Amino acid sequence: MDLLDLKQISPDEVVFWEWRFVTINATLVFTWVVMFVLVLGSWLVTRTLTTGPTISRWQNLLEVVVDGIRREIAGIVQERPERYLAFIGTLFLFIFLSNLLNIVPGFVYVAPTASLSTTAALAICVFFAVPIYSIANEGFLGYLKNFLLPTPLMLPFKIIGEVSRTLALAVRLFGNIMSGTKIVAILMAVAPLIFPILMHALGLLTGVIQAYIFAVLAMVYIASASRAREEEREEELLNQHSKLEEDEQKPTRAQDGVSDHG
Amino acid sequence: MDNLGLVGMISIFTAGLTIGLGAIGPALGEGRAVASALSALAQQPDESNTITRTLFVGLAMIESTAIYCFVVSMILIFANPFWDYFTQQTAGG
Repeated sequence: MDLLDLKQISPDEVVFWEWRFVTINATLVFTWVVMFVLVLGSWLVTRTLTTGPTISRWQNLLEVVVDGIRREIAGIVQERPERYLAFIGTLFLFIFLSNLLNIVPGFVYVAPTASLSTTAALAICVFFAVPIYSIANEGFLGYLKNFLLPTPLMLPFKIIGEVSRTLALAVRLFGNIMSGTKIVAILMAVAPLIFPILMHALGLLTGVIQAYIFAVLAMVYIASASRAREEEREEELLNQHSKLEEDEQKPTRAQDGVSDHG
Repeated sequence: MDNLGLVGMISIFTAGLTIGLGAIGPALGEGRAVASALSALAQQPDESNTITRTLFVGLAMIESTAIYCFVVSMILIFANPFWDYFTQQTAGG
């Protein structure tokens, strides 16, 4: 916590290196650290993948993580989760790791998610992912039609909702992580013995929960963009089913009638 | 009182008021949400996955109002633009 002065609320303000208009600040450096750890770790583990009865510990860990994310996504979208796995999994793992690296001892670190620029970038990714997935699912017209359901009167509110939820996504993550960092810094100045560790532990808990919530909310937004369409499809299916049942029932009644007469 | 003192006093007072009031509403809301989620869990333990996930999402939504208040109060205390402006004014004038 030495890196972030008490007066600074964002790691953007910690500048390591500056040359004309190029500025390397703490946010950039630690984003690259997190990316490096993720990429290098995955690369090292996936180099020696096996399907035999014994698998390495690291492969086991990775399988548990990926399978957990898959199951969470499948619980939300009620379809095959593979299409969303890459995007949602990347979001979750990046936020998770960047919040978690705080505990590495001897490593002066500020979570890049404590900067509004990082969280805004992640939220903008979600903002663009929603129409992309929706268009891939049901075509451009189907996506536009979502805005006019249930009535065209709701159009402005739906557009405002798209923007405001992106803002909320960014500010929520930023506020949570920034508050954790800030409170630890304040406690370090006021009572540096044990209390900062307790708040740090609490900060880790919030970090994990916020990573989960960010991923789940992104998934819910993406899923809800194609939900209206799904309901229509389900209704059609139901109608077809009831028609089929009626068709099935008619002949049996006729047969019953015949047998009665006989 | 000069401008600098006034800005400092009102900023700190408002920051405390913001986080205080901003904690009350979300606390009541989250209490209600958790209470209904618990009774729902007690009635339908089989649906615990869906209920828990929806609870988390709902709590995140409610909590974000408190987080907004916190961010505002943090800016008032640590990154107050008016404070910087008036310190520059006093230093310059």
